[in-house]
Amino acid sequence: MHSLITEGDAMTAGAASGMASLAWLLVALPLLGAAVLLLGGRRTDKVGPALATGLSWASFGVGVLVIVQLLGQDAAQRAHHLTLWNWVPAGSFQLDLGMLVDPLSVAFVMLITFVGSLIHVYSLGYMEHDPDKRRFFAYLNLFVAAMLLLVLADSYLLLFVGWEGVGLASYLLIGFWNHNPAYATAANKAFFVNRVGDLGLSIAIMTMFVTFGGVDYATVNEGVGGANQATLTAIGLLLLVGACGKSAQFPLQSWLGDAMAGPTPVSALIHAATMVTAGVYLVVRSHVIFDAAPDAALAVAIVGAITLLFGAVVGCAKDDIKKALAASTMSQIGYMMLAAGLGPVGYAFAIFHLLTHGFFKAGMFLGAGSVMHGMNDQVNMRRFGSLSGAMKVTWATFGLGWLAILGVPPFSGFWSKDKIIEAAFVGEGWKPWVLGGAALVGAGVTAFYMSRLFFMTFHGEKRWTDDVHPHESPKIMTVPMMVLAGGSAFLGLLLAWPFAETAPIVSWLSPVVGEHGEEHPVLAVPVLMTLTLVFVAVGIFLAWRRYWSEEVPEVAPRGSVLTRAARVDLYQDAVNEGLFMRPGVHLTRSLVFADAKGIDGAAGGLAALVGGLSSRLRRLQTGYARSYALTMLTGVVAVLGALWVIQ
Amino acid sequence: MPAAMPAAFQAVTIDYLAVLPMFVVVGGALVGVLVEAFAPRERRHAVQVWLTCGTLLAALVVLAVWSRDHQSVTLGGSVAIDGVALFLQGTLLLLAVIGVLVMAERFGGVGSDAFTPMGASTPGSSQEDAATRAGYATSEVFPLTLFAVFGMLIFVSANDLITLFVGLEVLSLPLYVMTGLARRRRLLSQEAALKYFLLGAFSSAFFLFGAALLFGYAGSSDLAQISQAISTGAGDLDGLLLPGVVLTLVGLLFKVGAVPFHQWTPDAYQGAPTPVTGFMAACTKLAAFGAILRLTYVGVGANRWDWQLGVAVIAILTMVVGAVLSVTQTDVKRLLAYSSVAHAGFILVGVLAFSQAAIGGVMFYLLAYGATTIAAFAIVAMVRQDGSEASHLSQWAGLGRRHPVVAGVFAFLLLAFAGIPLTSGFTAKFAAFAPAVESGTTGVVMVVVGVLASAVTAFVYVKLIVLMYFTDPVEGVVALQPSVPSTIAISLGVIITVVAGVAPATILQLAGNASQFLL
Repeated sequence: MHSLITEGDAMTAGAASGMASLAWLLVALPLLGAAVLLLGGRRTDKVGPALATGLSWASFGVGVLVIVQLLGQDAAQRAHHLTLWNWVPAGSFQLDLGMLVDPLSVAFVMLITFVGSLIHVYSLGYMEHDPDKRRFFAYLNLFVAAMLLLVLADSYLLLFVGWEGVGLASYLLIGFWNHNPAYATAANKAFFVNRVGDLGLSIAIMTMFVTFGGVDYATVNEGVGGANQATLTAIGLLLLVGACGKSAQFPLQSWLGDAMAGPTPVSALIHAATMVTAGVYLVVRSHVIFDAAPDAALAVAIVGAITLLFGAVVGCAKDDIKKALAASTMSQIGYMMLAAGLGPVGYAFAIFHLLTHGFFKAGMFLGAGSVMHGMNDQVNMRRFGSLSGAMKVTWATFGLGWLAILGVPPFSGFWSKDKIIEAAFVGEGWKPWVLGGAALVGAGVTAFYMSRLFFMTFHGEKRWTDDVHPHESPKIMTVPMMVLAGGSAFLGLLLAWPFAETAPIVSWLSPVVGEHGEEHPVLAVPVLMTLTLVFVAVGIFLAWRRYWSEEVPEVAPRGSVLTRAARVDLYQDAVNEGLFMRPGVHLTRSLVFADAKGIDGAAGGLAALVGGLSSRLRRLQTGYARSYALTMLTGVVAVLGALWVIQ
Repeated sequence: MPAAMPAAFQAVTIDYLAVLPMFVVVGGALVGVLVEAFAPRERRHAVQVWLTCGTLLAALVVLAVWSRDHQSVTLGGSVAIDGVALFLQGTLLLLAVIGVLVMAERFGGVGSDAFTPMGASTPGSSQEDAATRAGYATSEVFPLTLFAVFGMLIFVSANDLITLFVGLEVLSLPLYVMTGLARRRRLLSQEAALKYFLLGAFSSAFFLFGAALLFGYAGSSDLAQISQAISTGAGDLDGLLLPGVVLTLVGLLFKVGAVPFHQWTPDAYQGAPTPVTGFMAACTKLAAFGAILRLTYVGVGANRWDWQLGVAVIAILTMVVGAVLSVTQTDVKRLLAYSSVAHAGFILVGVLAFSQAAIGGVMFYLLAYGATTIAAFAIVAMVRQDGSEASHLSQWAGLGRRHPVVAGVFAFLLLAFAGIPLTSGFTAKFAAFAPAVESGTTGVVMVVVGVLASAVTAFVYVKLIVLMYFTDPVEGVVALQPSVPSTIAISLGVIITVVAGVAPATILQLAGNASQFLL
């Protein structure tokens, strides 16, 4: 067993026993909640929200019992396989539905159910006056169920079911206030961008099926050794496309900012803590493939590095508090992707940062929601300022999240992000300098924009509009924020426990993702740590000078070229439009000479191309029976003629 | 080796229990004609619905109880009741019951049903007005359905080309009439019927010509003997074989709506009364694929290397054209018509795998697709604006807000068409594509095209779902409250879609065990 682990193979999973054999309950409980609330109709209006929250907590309870069982077992025996049923027995191909309960999936289960349940509680307060909150809670439960299915699946196919499920729930939730057309458009955009990612993932799954003869993790991991390099690289890159779509990574990141149109608890749960990290999960879960395809792994790391800088730059210019947080999420997931792309040296830290980020980012989103709650749903930070007095709890909890994301010791982010920066500096040639450099600079920029956000909102002069009366949110909202703030403060310390021989999170995950030998960064660790802290300090100082000590203009100044570019997401939409949509539309136009109706622009270039082809072909459908008959005759002659020629 | 002509007429032996379901159905149809003549008008509709459903269910029971144990080639070798025929006949009868339940829908009043009060009247004439005022209803549609089902039962079990042709005509003629019976937009309906008839006649001619050539080659119209002639190379006129195969196949491919013989599909689907469209899409397709399976596997499979590539190209064209054209459709019935074209391509991919697993996969696909499609058309018939069907896509905007259950069920069925896992569509595609992947390079190419085409169609379906849920509702569009029969029909369709998606093992096994032809 030990030799297997050090080679980075997945450990073999035994049949589930004890609590692990009840892991299906994790998914079934919230699914039941969604079903009851959706099918029960108006009758469940009263009890619905409480029921949904209760079932989410119940799922967390099951998760705790599972993790207790796992903790009591040997590290090598912590993987449990649970066959649910034999799904498609078609000839020599078999598809079984099953769940894999192992340290990796259980780590996610704890994050999803705990943060998810806290957000359920918060929503009880936040959505209190919404007439349709039953539907909202049904979607939340549906989301939790789908997300748990995603991480508990034992095959890529079942993962894909969960993957589509979280997508569906997230569209429903982004578009929840769909009386507002802009929000419905945002839901559509998220939808179309995610199609690209999903297509990548589905092609990856089919390629696996053809290559390995199965799509469950065990079969795939076993088959990797015998597959050729090019196929593995292709599969790895396709998986990366899928991961980019779901995790808003470059170049498929454009939807995340717009997705902030949804209610704030949704942003906290889906667009910060859980769903957007599914891409990282996918890469780590597929580590056997990436270990065998270094080119694909390098692509993951590069995408991560680009996105972490991209998000950080965009974050510096956004005045909308939620969009700034969204840019920050994008950037932080960039860190996780970077770590995941580094190979065995980074997997555990990718997940570690994912967990701590889940806490501090969700906490800050809930804080932002609390601010909006007290400020008549305004989101423009230029009209905030000096809220620390009026909203003490929000300020304190948000502050802990801020310290955590900055990586100030001893708060959570310090432990996880610092490890990623160290890991990025491991290696030979140009890679450690470029990737590590990006991570280091990113840390400084992060410190700048997060401090900017924090100072503009809670400190400096009051720049409030006349009609607002900021007030602290009710207990039901602040208590979840406090719990998450506790996590922001201490979770990193607990999981990294510096006094142990190996960090608990590393030894917990290593049976799944493999151990790595002693590797040293190109710069000494203390030097790196000092450099990071210096960058962070500079970032904070710059932000302090501009956004606390100086007056912040209520209307955004024109700004430098970079600022203006960052405000419009570094021209991402324009690039998308110019690169994909316009050529598609032009091509279409030339195909469909002067098609006055035009093509549904939102559908993007590829769709426009298909649409154009479609309109063109449609002309063959004249409605005249004589031309149909002629087509038939032509078809017969063509087929027969061709076959004769071949013969 | 040409079979010697029998010297004198010999009576053929008939295994009556094997073919009893067909007799039951045709008997029911004849009784239905008498009911039309003698039953009082106000009771006719109810009597016909009971009679038709009863007949179909009785045939199903007979099939399950007796015919199952009487697998044989009977009626002088012209009908083969084997595993494949039994599975397809059983599925046909089941789908026909669901289809008839949808046809029975009248939404509580005579004027709201799908059928014209008097098929023979000129649209817009005073005769038509009088018939409408008198509250007439075309209950003839029920015996016509039974006759069509009878033809389909022959079609999937016909073991020689002549019987195949008889089956083809028996199933087609009632369908031509049924297509022209829509209550609203009657001109469109009649035009569709005429087009369907003309092109159907054209394709029948192809089929007959091909059958004649095959007879000329093998000296027999019996499928087994044609197969034998090909494998022993005994035919003297080798040049007749390939055109014979291609032309007979064209006649059958026309019925499934394969490109380039598909163009009647959208027109006929749009013009026909919606319940009839659902019935056609499910049952005609099933019957025609049954015939294609038998012709290609039992009859002309031995020289498939000569013609397989041509059919593969047709399959690819069918998938691509069906998927691409569905993108720009603005009418929900035409959209589903093009989707059915694409599905015909997917099924052809399975057929061309030429393995026993493929037979099971194709049969499973036909069952799954049939159930989903009848339910989908039943819902299309429910959505109305000012009393007539709201089939334009713009009228479906925001339906999900007004009628969450109806739109939800329709969205689910669309996801099944798209082949999303845990719906029957996924399992069916899997069952049909997996043998194709195993069959070789051509199979893999077809599967790749198939997967890309399903991605395109998925886009279309999901766009429709987005339209139903994320746009503002249109004034005046309502989903009528369905009556008990069509509620049962839709529920059955949805249940089959769910079960065949979530726990398909039993059905797959049934189809797998039944995938043996008797020679």
